[in-house]
Amino acid sequence: MGILGGAILPIYDELFQQKKIKHILVRHEQAATHAAEGYARSTGKIGVVFVTSGPGATNSVTGLTDALMDSVPIVVISGQVPTFMIGNDAFQEADTVGITRPCTKHNWLVKDTNKLAETIHKAFEVAGSGRPGPVLVDVPKDVQFASGCYTKKNEIKKNFIKKDPSIDLNMLDEAISRLELAERPIIYSGGGVINSGQSAVNSLRNLVAGTNFPITSTLMGLGSYPASGKNWLGMLGMHGTYEANMSMHDCDFMLCIGARFDDRITGRIDAFSPNSYKVHLDIDPSSINKNITVDAPLIGDVSQILSVLIARWKERGSKVNKKKLSAWWKSINNWKGIQSLGYENSSSVIKPQYAVQRLEELTKSYNRFVSTEVGQHQMWAAQFMGFEEPNRWMTSGGLGTMGYGFPASIGIQIAHPTSLVINVAGEASWLMNMQELGTAVQYQLPVKQFILNNERLGMVRQWQELLHGERYSHSWSDALPDFVKLAEAYGIKGIRCEDPAMLDDSIREMIDYPGPVIFDCLVEKHENCFPMIPSGKAHNEMILGEQTEENSISDEGAVLV
Amino acid sequence: MSLKLKKGVNKQSAYNLRDPNLDYEAAHTLSIIVDNESGVLARVIGLFSGRGYNIDSLTVAEVDPDGHRSRITIVTTGTPKVINQIKAQLNRMIPVHEVIDLTLKGKAVQRELAIFKVVANGNQRVESLRLADVFRAKVVDSTLKSFTFELTGTSEKLDAFAELMAPLGLKEIARTGIVALLRGDNSS
Repeated sequence: MGILGGAILPIYDELFQQKKIKHILVRHEQAATHAAEGYARSTGKIGVVFVTSGPGATNSVTGLTDALMDSVPIVVISGQVPTFMIGNDAFQEADTVGITRPCTKHNWLVKDTNKLAETIHKAFEVAGSGRPGPVLVDVPKDVQFASGCYTKKNEIKKNFIKKDPSIDLNMLDEAISRLELAERPIIYSGGGVINSGQSAVNSLRNLVAGTNFPITSTLMGLGSYPASGKNWLGMLGMHGTYEANMSMHDCDFMLCIGARFDDRITGRIDAFSPNSYKVHLDIDPSSINKNITVDAPLIGDVSQILSVLIARWKERGSKVNKKKLSAWWKSINNWKGIQSLGYENSSSVIKPQYAVQRLEELTKSYNRFVSTEVGQHQMWAAQFMGFEEPNRWMTSGGLGTMGYGFPASIGIQIAHPTSLVINVAGEASWLMNMQELGTAVQYQLPVKQFILNNERLGMVRQWQELLHGERYSHSWSDALPDFVKLAEAYGIKGIRCEDPAMLDDSIREMIDYPGPVIFDCLVEKHENCFPMIPSGKAHNEMILGEQTEENSISDEGAVLV
Repeated sequence: MSLKLKKGVNKQSAYNLRDPNLDYEAAHTLSIIVDNESGVLARVIGLFSGRGYNIDSLTVAEVDPDGHRSRITIVTTGTPKVINQIKAQLNRMIPVHEVIDLTLKGKAVQRELAIFKVVANGNQRVESLRLADVFRAKVVDSTLKSFTFELTGTSEKLDAFAELMAPLGLKEIARTGIVALLRGDNSS
C-alpha cells in the first residue's frame, strides 16, 4: 500500500520496472497504514507501506500508533529529503524518526545505501518478532538513488532481537495447582492469542474443552474461541455481556491469556475481580503488573506456554474441581438469563442492534471478514456478530481510530480477493477516510460498507446524555452526503434502507452485488449501547438497558475517559 | 436518562483514582547499556517523559568504543510498581541491551563531579579556600577575585559543599549528574 511523492520517487521508479511486488495505490497515507493493518491482521503476515517525506510521513502517524496499540506488524518505508539537506527545513522535510519514535516499536534513518538492505531485514524481523508492532525506515532520496552492497538476510547478526525468556516452571506448577482447585474459574483471552498464531488458538480451545471453564475475550481476542462454543460468555469489559463481567468480578481463579488488563476491560481498578488468583500469560514483560497486580505472571509466547501448561496439567491427571464448577456454571447461566444484550425492537424504525443481528444472520455462512470503525456500531458488531475463527475480525481497539474500518477492509479484500469483506461503520467514522472509494473502485475491490447511519457521533452522544446533562455539544452530523448518490458518483452501488421490513432483502442485495457497495442503513438516532460499565465503576455495577442510570457515574468517574 | 451532574463537580484528578494505594516512593539508580547510535538518548528520555516517569539525574557516555555501547545512568523516583514498569519498558527497546537496578542489586559506588565558581574578597576568600581543603576540592582556576573548585563525591557531599559556599560568594555551579557501578568484583 502506499502513495508517492517527490522524496520516494526513486523507489516508485523501481516498482515500475519490476513485477514481484504488487503495489496498491491508496488516496491518503493514513489509509495506507490502516489498509496494511487490515492486511496484516487478516493474514498474520506483515503489511508494508510506502509514503513520501514530510506530510506523507506525518499522515502515517495515526496508523503507526494504532498498530502499536493493537500489536499489528507493519513496516512503513518513508522517503526523506537528501541527507545533505536534512535539518535545513527543506521542502517536505519533517523529522520523521523523531515524530514516529514514540509510535513505533523501532525506527531507523538510513544514511548509507550499504546499510539499507540490513536495515530493511532488521525492520521486518523487529516488526514480526515477539510482541508484533509497527516499524518505520526513513530513506533519504540520495540513499535511494545511490548503489550499494546488498546484505543477505542470513548474514545479519540477530543480537537486536529480544530473546523470549524461559518459562518459570515453578510458577507454572503453582498456577496449575490453583487451576485444579478453582471453584469459580474464568479464562479471559485477548489479541495476543491471535497474534501468537493458530497453534495458540488450538491450545486455548483444547484447554477450554478439557477444563470446561467459561471463557470470555477482549475486543481484540474475538475469534480465538468460537462464538458458537458452549463455554463462550461473549465479550467482557465496558460494553461486555452481563455474564462475562459478573464472572470476572466473582471468580476465584482468572487465567488471562494474551490480554493486558486495559482500562476498558477492568473498570475500577481497586474493585476489579477482588477475590481471584490471577495468572497472566503475556509475551511482553511490561504488560505484567502494569494495571493489575497478578499472582502468577508467565512471560513468553502464548502458544508455547499454553502447550507446556496443558501438557503438565494432563500429566498431573487433568484435574478440575468438577463439583464446584457445575455450581459456578449454574450462577453463570442465571446471569445469562438476564439477556443483557436485549433491546426493544421496532417495526417502524431500524434499531441498530437489529441491523447488525440481521447482517450477522445473513452473512455468517459466508467466508467472511469483518472490519469496523469506532463507536457504538463497533460495540454492537462485537456484541451481535459471532466469530468462529481468528483473524476474521479487524477493529481499532487500543487507539480507537475512527476512519480505521474502510481502509482496513480494503487491505483485507486485497489479501482475500474472493471472500466477503464487510466494514460495519458509523457514518461519522466512515466519512473520515471516504476518499478510499477511489482505491476500492480502481482495484475493483468488492468491499461492503455497511453504515449504521444515526446522523450522530453516537457514542459521544451517549456520553453526553449520561454525563453532560443531555447537552449535545457538536455531536450530530449535519450536512451528510447522500450516500447512494456518492456511490453512484464513483460508479459503484449505493443502497439505502430505512424500513425494518426491507432490511433482509437490502442486505442480500448488498451481498449479491459483485462490486463495492455503500449501504446507508438509516437507524434509530437515539439508541444507547448497553450494557455499560460506567467509567470508574466495577464489573458488578453495570448499567443495563432498562435500568435507571440515576447517579450511576460518580463525580470521580466522570473525569475518566 | 441524564445523570444530572453539576458542572465543576470533579474536584479530584483522575490520576487519584488510578492508584488509590499509593506505595512509598524511593529513588533507584538504573544503569542502562545501550547501542551508541543516533537517537538512542532521545528514545530513553522520550520514554520517561511520555509515560510520566521522573528523571532526577541522567548521565551518558560511550564506554565500549569497539562495541559501540554507551552506559546511561539514570536516577529515578517511583513506587516499586513504577520502577518495575520503567525497567520493563526500557528492556523492551531495541537498542537497550541491559538494565541494571543498582539500588536493588546491592551496594554501588555512586559519584558525581561538580565545578563551583566562588567570587569573594578578604576573609570570605580565605574561608572558601580553607573549606575547599576540608572537602578535598581542587582549585582548577583562580583570579585575584575568584576561585573555581572541582569536587568529586556523592551528591550529598556536593550539596553540602554548595551550601557552605553559598554565603561565601558562590556564583555558579555545574554538575555532571551521577555515575555509578556495583561494588565488588562482579560486573554489572
